Amino acid sequence: MTAIEIGWGTTLAIKTVIVLGIVPLTALILGYVFLLKMMSHMQSRLGPMDPGGFHGWYQLIGDGIKFLQKEDIMPGEADRRVFALAPAIVVLSTFLVFVVIPAGPRVSVASLDSAPFAKGAFDGVGVFYALAVSSLSVIGVLMAGWASSNKYALLGALRAAAQLIAYELPLVLAVVGVVIQTGTMSLQGIVSFQQHGSLFGWSGVGFPLILTQFVGFALFMVAAQAELTQPPFDMPVAESELVAGYMVEYTGFRFLFFFIGEFGTAFAFAALAATLFLGGWSVPWVHGTAADFLGPVVLFAKVMFVAFLMFWARFTYPRFREDQLQAIAWKWLIPVALANILLTGVLKVAF
Amino acid sequence: MTTTNLPPPGDLPEIAVDPAAFRHLADAQVNVELDTGDMVLNIGPQHPATHGTLRLVVRLDGERVVSADPIIGYMHRGYEKLTEFRTYPQITTLINRIDWLSSFANEVPFIEAAEHLMAIEAPPRAQYLRTILTELSRIATFLLFLGEMGLQVGAITPAFYGFRDREYVLNLIEAVTGGRFHPNFNRIGGIKDDLPWGWISECRGVMNKTLASCDEFDDLVVGNPIFQKRTRSIGIIPRELGAAYGVSGSNLRASGVDWDLRRDGPKYLVYDELDWQVWTHPDGDSFSRYWVRLQETRESARMVLQMLDQMPSGPLMAKVPRIIKVPEGEVFVNTENPLGEMGYYVISKGATGPFRTKIRSASFSNVSILPWLLRGVYVPDIVTILASLYFILGDIDR
Repeated sequence: MTAIEIGWGTTLAIKTVIVLGIVPLTALILGYVFLLKMMSHMQSRLGPMDPGGFHGWYQLIGDGIKFLQKEDIMPGEADRRVFALAPAIVVLSTFLVFVVIPAGPRVSVASLDSAPFAKGAFDGVGVFYALAVSSLSVIGVLMAGWASSNKYALLGALRAAAQLIAYELPLVLAVVGVVIQTGTMSLQGIVSFQQHGSLFGWSGVGFPLILTQFVGFALFMVAAQAELTQPPFDMPVAESELVAGYMVEYTGFRFLFFFIGEFGTAFAFAALAATLFLGGWSVPWVHGTAADFLGPVVLFAKVMFVAFLMFWARFTYPRFREDQLQAIAWKWLIPVALANILLTGVLKVAF
Repeated sequence: MTTTNLPPPGDLPEIAVDPAAFRHLADAQVNVELDTGDMVLNIGPQHPATHGTLRLVVRLDGERVVSADPIIGYMHRGYEKLTEFRTYPQITTLINRIDWLSSFANEVPFIEAAEHLMAIEAPPRAQYLRTILTELSRIATFLLFLGEMGLQVGAITPAFYGFRDREYVLNLIEAVTGGRFHPNFNRIGGIKDDLPWGWISECRGVMNKTLASCDEFDDLVVGNPIFQKRTRSIGIIPRELGAAYGVSGSNLRASGVDWDLRRDGPKYLVYDELDWQVWTHPDGDSFSRYWVRLQETRESARMVLQMLDQMPSGPLMAKVPRIIKVPEGEVFVNTENPLGEMGYYVISKGATGPFRTKIRSASFSNVSILPWLLRGVYVPDIVTILASLYFILGDIDR
């Protein structure tokens, strides 16, 4: 069997198409499963369960058509270029996170592990890269809020900036424990650590890092919730106060971009949590090509589980106030994360 | 060619706004050392937090409120004046629309006023039906509040539970009166119709369901630490100040004033025949307003259950002439409505309609405390306080 030679350009084109297809698809899946179906069941909503007959399957398509045919309104006083660019930057940050998430031994857009700048103290830069690009969206949010020339949008954007910066730190610190324990910053390395580990000599499920890094997992979930601006941390869009926050002036397709960005990022963060703490794509006793095909399915199942937790909290909790949010980040999450790092380091050295 | 004296569009002089002109709104000095200039934010008339068309002109220093000025009147429909051109039976249609969430409770004080002037009294069964429907509309109003307050502080789920449970109660009201919102069911001297067949057992089931859903709100909202963080010691109305502003109803009881017209006012309907209690809370903050309304919803459900058991039989209408002419005189009747104290001052000159009517609506007085209450709070607290005061714009503007 000869390997099929694919040129660099062709590979890039295929990857681009896949990523361009997958990110909106994941957003739609999360939107459909959780926003429309789970939420309707939990809140006894009748509307989203109705269209199309069976379980309201047509609702999402109808919503999509509605978004596409809406008039594209731009406020008269808006900073036109910035206003138009902002949704793209928010979505761009989502796309960039997807680049490094591994879905199988060889299934990832780019692991970035063999990049020349990745050679150093750590093997790989996947974790570093994912956490770095995920916070790019704050630029888009600020641009949207400022360019809308709307006071509500401005308040929302400033809240978003303060919030995303505050929660960037616990998010990173929560992952440091994982990096210390596995000794690598490559996402593939972290997954293979979990796959090849064993639980008291039993290698049936590998060694999901949530068993030792449960504090890190909890912190990561809380911080991710804040990064996604979901309740209980949804002050930037707080619909009862700021109407829709930084998105208030956006309509139609541009609003759809924010929507895709929101749910795509939710998927990306859920995938990161699944990769870092729940074993990612790893399936016990399955290696090689079989894992390439089974891996994405396993990862998807884990992502849906993590996303379920996220959206469950989203639909249940009221939102904090801005000052309470900052107090939680600086007084609770960061000290706990630091203690977790310290403990992990001590145990790492001890064993 | 004609020339105008107006300058070209670009050269219009800036209108100098004297900051001192705004000082009358409030004198709260927030953040004196780092004065960053205030932003004036118009909240409303169309805004999700204002339940209609209330407009709040808020001066913000960052997220702090320096002053807030409620501007009302966007929904003024002139009902007080309109009553002068309607006959007494027609007026119930109008006053249904004052506080549209608890329309039936609006009708009662007006009808009682007319009955008082005519010196007739509705028969006992009619009194019982009025009391049941009043309490049902109270339950419907409060269930909406219990959910809506959750929504305003950011939880979506309670709102849907509130709407769902309220719908059962509205169905009951509809089954009796034919209208979900605007029953128009009271007649001078009694009530229009008897209960439909099987309604009492249905109502018993719904009341038990309501009690269960109150427990659900207890778990989901009151017991939620985030909700408590958002509402405790936010928007405190001190006892004396609340009374001075004319705040009434659950808002005043949440400030620790043990005052309920159903118990303390002159006798009306059949509240003195029931075994019930008035709930108060000492704190006076947004949380206590929520808590008091939750307890009152339970109390109302229990009252309805009691009334279903001890309802007398008998006629529904007292003897009234075919064309109702109210004798000369004037009377003020006020009752405990879901939103607070509602009263009608009716002056009659012996005609088929009133000569003058003054409507004392609860929300108008409740909202008057807003400028005082909103000083120095954060923007999210505006919404919490507005939601916890629970006003209806129709009730403010009439």
